[in-house]
Amino acid sequence: MNVEYIGLKEISGPLVVIDGVKNASYEEMVEITVGKNKKLGRIIKIEGEMCVIQIFEGTRGVSLENTHSRLLGKPLRMPLSMELLGRVLDGIGRPVDGLGEIFPEKSRDINGEPINPVMRKYPRNFIQTGISSIDGLITLIRGQKLPVFSGSGLPHNKLAVQIVRQARITDGENDNFAVVFAAMGVKYDVAEYFKQSFKKSGVLDRVVMFLNLANDPVVERIVTPRCALTAAEYLAYEKGMHVLVILTDMTSYAEALREISSSKGEIPSRKGYPGYLYSDLASIYERAGMVKGSKGSITQIPILTMPNDDITHPIPDLTGYITEGQIVLDKNLAFKGVYPPISILPSLSRLMKDGIGEGYTREDHPQVANQLFASYAKVQEVRALASVIGEEELSHIDKIYMNFGREFEKNFISQDFQENRSIEETLDLGWRLLRLLPEEELDRLSPEITDKYFKAPESREGDF
Amino acid sequence: MGDTSHGTIYGINGPVIKVRGNHAFQMLEMVLVGHDRLVGEVIRILKHETIVQVYENTTGLKTGEPVVSTGKPLTVKLGPGIIGNVFDGIERPLVKIAEDTGIYIKRGSVMNNLDTEKLWDVKMLVEPGDYLNQGEVFAEVKETESVNHKIMVPPGIKGEVIEAVGDGQYNIEKTIVKVRDEKRIHNLTLVQEWPVREPRPYYRRLPLDIPLITGQRVIDTLFPLAKGGTAAIPGGFGTGKTLTQHQLAKWADADIIVYVGCGERGNEITEVLEDFPELIDPRSGRPLMERTVLIGNTSNMPVAAREASIYTGITLAEYYRDMGYDVAIMADSTSRWAEALREISGRLEEMPAEEGFPAYLPSRLSEFYERAGRVENFNKTLGSVSIIGAVSPQGGDFSEPVTQNTKRFIRCFWALDKSLAYTRHYPAVNWTNSYSEYSDELSGWYNEIAHPEFMNKKAMLSRILQEEGKLLDIVKLIGSDILPDEQKLVLETARTIRQGFLQQNAYHEQDAYVPVQKQYLMMDSILRLYEKTTRLVSLGIPVSVIRKSGVFEELIRIKYNISNEDTGAFDELNMKLETRLDEIESDYKQN
Ligand SMILES: Nc1ncnc2c1ncn2[C@@H]1O[C@H](COP(=O)(O)OP(=O)(O)OP(=O)(O)O)[C@@H](O)[C@H]1O
Ligand SMILES: [Mg+2]
Repeated sequence: MNVEYIGLKEISGPLVVIDGVKNASYEEMVEITVGKNKKLGRIIKIEGEMCVIQIFEGTRGVSLENTHSRLLGKPLRMPLSMELLGRVLDGIGRPVDGLGEIFPEKSRDINGEPINPVMRKYPRNFIQTGISSIDGLITLIRGQKLPVFSGSGLPHNKLAVQIVRQARITDGENDNFAVVFAAMGVKYDVAEYFKQSFKKSGVLDRVVMFLNLANDPVVERIVTPRCALTAAEYLAYEKGMHVLVILTDMTSYAEALREISSSKGEIPSRKGYPGYLYSDLASIYERAGMVKGSKGSITQIPILTMPNDDITHPIPDLTGYITEGQIVLDKNLAFKGVYPPISILPSLSRLMKDGIGEGYTREDHPQVANQLFASYAKVQEVRALASVIGEEELSHIDKIYMNFGREFEKNFISQDFQENRSIEETLDLGWRLLRLLPEEELDRLSPEITDKYFKAPESREGDF
Repeated sequence: MGDTSHGTIYGINGPVIKVRGNHAFQMLEMVLVGHDRLVGEVIRILKHETIVQVYENTTGLKTGEPVVSTGKPLTVKLGPGIIGNVFDGIERPLVKIAEDTGIYIKRGSVMNNLDTEKLWDVKMLVEPGDYLNQGEVFAEVKETESVNHKIMVPPGIKGEVIEAVGDGQYNIEKTIVKVRDEKRIHNLTLVQEWPVREPRPYYRRLPLDIPLITGQRVIDTLFPLAKGGTAAIPGGFGTGKTLTQHQLAKWADADIIVYVGCGERGNEITEVLEDFPELIDPRSGRPLMERTVLIGNTSNMPVAAREASIYTGITLAEYYRDMGYDVAIMADSTSRWAEALREISGRLEEMPAEEGFPAYLPSRLSEFYERAGRVENFNKTLGSVSIIGAVSPQGGDFSEPVTQNTKRFIRCFWALDKSLAYTRHYPAVNWTNSYSEYSDELSGWYNEIAHPEFMNKKAMLSRILQEEGKLLDIVKLIGSDILPDEQKLVLETARTIRQGFLQQNAYHEQDAYVPVQKQYLMMDSILRLYEKTTRLVSLGIPVSVIRKSGVFEELIRIKYNISNEDTGAFDELNMKLETRLDEIESDYKQN
């Protein structure tokens, strides 16, 4: 194992080739010494005695002759311990906060292993975020993977911070939580914003931060979310904690993957991204959930910026195919001054069906949500028509819808960054808005629910 | 053969490895790779090198490790113990794996596919001196309360029974019958093996003239699937492919369900595992899990096994078809399977065709869908395999290669539409892009079994929807206010059809499943109302007046208010609506 290999055979982008290697194993770590610097790399292809190695810190300053390399005999492992809480690490899990080494209880291969589906528990517990549009219409469930699809200039970070600050689990298990935050290619001030916000809400000592910033090596980004999730799995499945994982920005992650793929000369599929982008993203997102034999959970909120605001771009597209719904932010709403600018029609929470309603939130929840979706969808149709014939020319009922749409955006979707609404408040607000519409327009409600909530005088207080 | 000829690993690139030092490997042979004995399959043989795709994660594999031949292609074990089980892509039992390795799937867990220890109650149907042909049933096992597992002579074997055990309890490996042909004696057990890539033989194909009833109105009424037919469900993410597949797995009138989760979410397999044992099959009164088998290669499991999972699934389906059962197989999603092909092909540096997919994508798709059909088996029973494949087009764009090529080989196309899903119109089946080429062949069944007027009513319903499509183009430009009243009535009726009939709530107890007879009655009530209101409009009564009376809303709610058992309520409803309209008419005449 102590054989040193002098020099390289080839360098291409972040990849180098070493020849004459015996006994290499696939995905093994390699330490490459360049002058005084040590760089870490990983074997990504073996052909006879030739190994292709991906260098995490990049190949700047590397020449064919100035290196000697050593195989480390194992894949990249993440050291794990409860001491991780409160620490700041770099993109491959080394402390950068000056607080010294972490003494690991154990370590694990960062690639993890696939969870056996028969060992999963189907997630069913509602997390109250205090944000009406999410709680009411795109309900977050503990153990869910629910990404935020955003665009540049939109307040996705603010939203994530508000979720972290306000998230409450309804069954009272509120102190047993941790936050794992992984930054990939984000700017320093974004990482700092998160850090300060965690500090302000007093949770910093429960946060593990992994930082690969915009000026950090691109290839390192490939392993950052994996290190973070290895830590999350340890905290959740071995220590029984409820872990909220924020991954930002998945777009930078995917771009790094593309860069490596093209250095390898692989045949690209769409927009230059490799054909295995789906499987690769899945190997990250699928590391969310709950498992038998542990009371912990991993809830993932990946954030990604949609290139050109295009939801069909491979990154949001393949993400949506893997995650359990999505929260879509919209420029036009943001432009109108709506915060959080959540576009509810393309947004979806696939797990909400089992976590809402009687015994979970409130019996009327599924129906109000359904009706609000349907009525707001109708608003979009009416708006399209109004933009052609003018609002004045609309029929009476269409004008009512126009008004409903405005009030809905102003009062239900919009809320203050500091405002934390209970689920009851959210649902009551939904009813108050629905009362702007004539009863015969409400076709998603059952007669019993209509009688109890729509017509109920006591909840009519504060109608619009 | 049992030979242990082997080569050594020369190169490793993800799931693709190069092997040197052995020329005896056969194409598509199963091999065991490395010291951990990972399962792999020979996919290409060159002069000095053999290429193997490995069904497990290759991390940590080294050059120089051995690759051992098994002498046989990738096969599955077929016998009692399949139903109610969950397997990975190469038929390894996930529950057993969990017992061994906990929450994570570890590598190299080679094990028996089916439980070899369990004793089954076997009822023997032959005795010495009987003659058995291939496919003939010689014993029966009650596999679950709902499934009588017929033990059949494997294809290619026939002869005289020279020994047979009596009824009793046996494990799957016990020889229960010996059959002698001209050359040798065959020991038959409860289990047989079959190579997954080869279709199982049958006696002859039969016409596809019986529908697979799904209880989903838009499918059964508008775009029906035949037993033994093929259907594709394409749609962007979140449009409802999986939910539709789950609905079919729950309610379709098949005897056996094979559900293949191919490259999709782990939680979706878990959901079936948690729900199906609780849900009752309306036909047998037994839990749905007793007729279901799951194959799960979730998106984080190895890619090469994803490619195999589809074949494993269809082979299990054919095996139960051979017993005379109607089997439905759901593959969610065939796009992930096609992408697995693409990934392996890319690592082999093959020349790609469209969007990086290999040139053999169409032939693989057609081979798969060809394995559907309704047949007469060698043992004279009739069975069928219906295939329902989800397609996940990139960017939701149906012009991409997997959707386009799939379209060539299927005959039922249930196109899911993002804009319908956004407005929460579920199931988001777009009624203009979707089609069923079985409609004509099935019309006899519908008119005979469901209702003599079924096909006529269906045609009327479609016509109204079509007309609405045209009118909406105009409405988009000028609004609906200035349309003449008979056209407004078309819009109103079409809305009633969309919301009251096409939309179906999978989470609502009454609405999740609707028998065809009730589907007919719902359609009938809507069309009666249309007829009657058309008359009122022709008398000059404005649509707005009719609307105010709430008749349309009443119809939209029948799916919730009239239970599946209570078909008599329709007469009452029709009467009530008629009286209300008569009142409007007389009111109007008086003024
Ligand atoms: N018939 C239905 N009734 C009620 N809700 C539905 C129905 N069909 C779809 N939905 C809703 O749509 C959501 C998404 O459906 P589903 O998970 O089946 O999508 P999909 O097409 O399989 O997406 P992906 O390609 O990402 O797997 C469901 O979680 C559910 O909320
Ligand atoms: Mg799906």
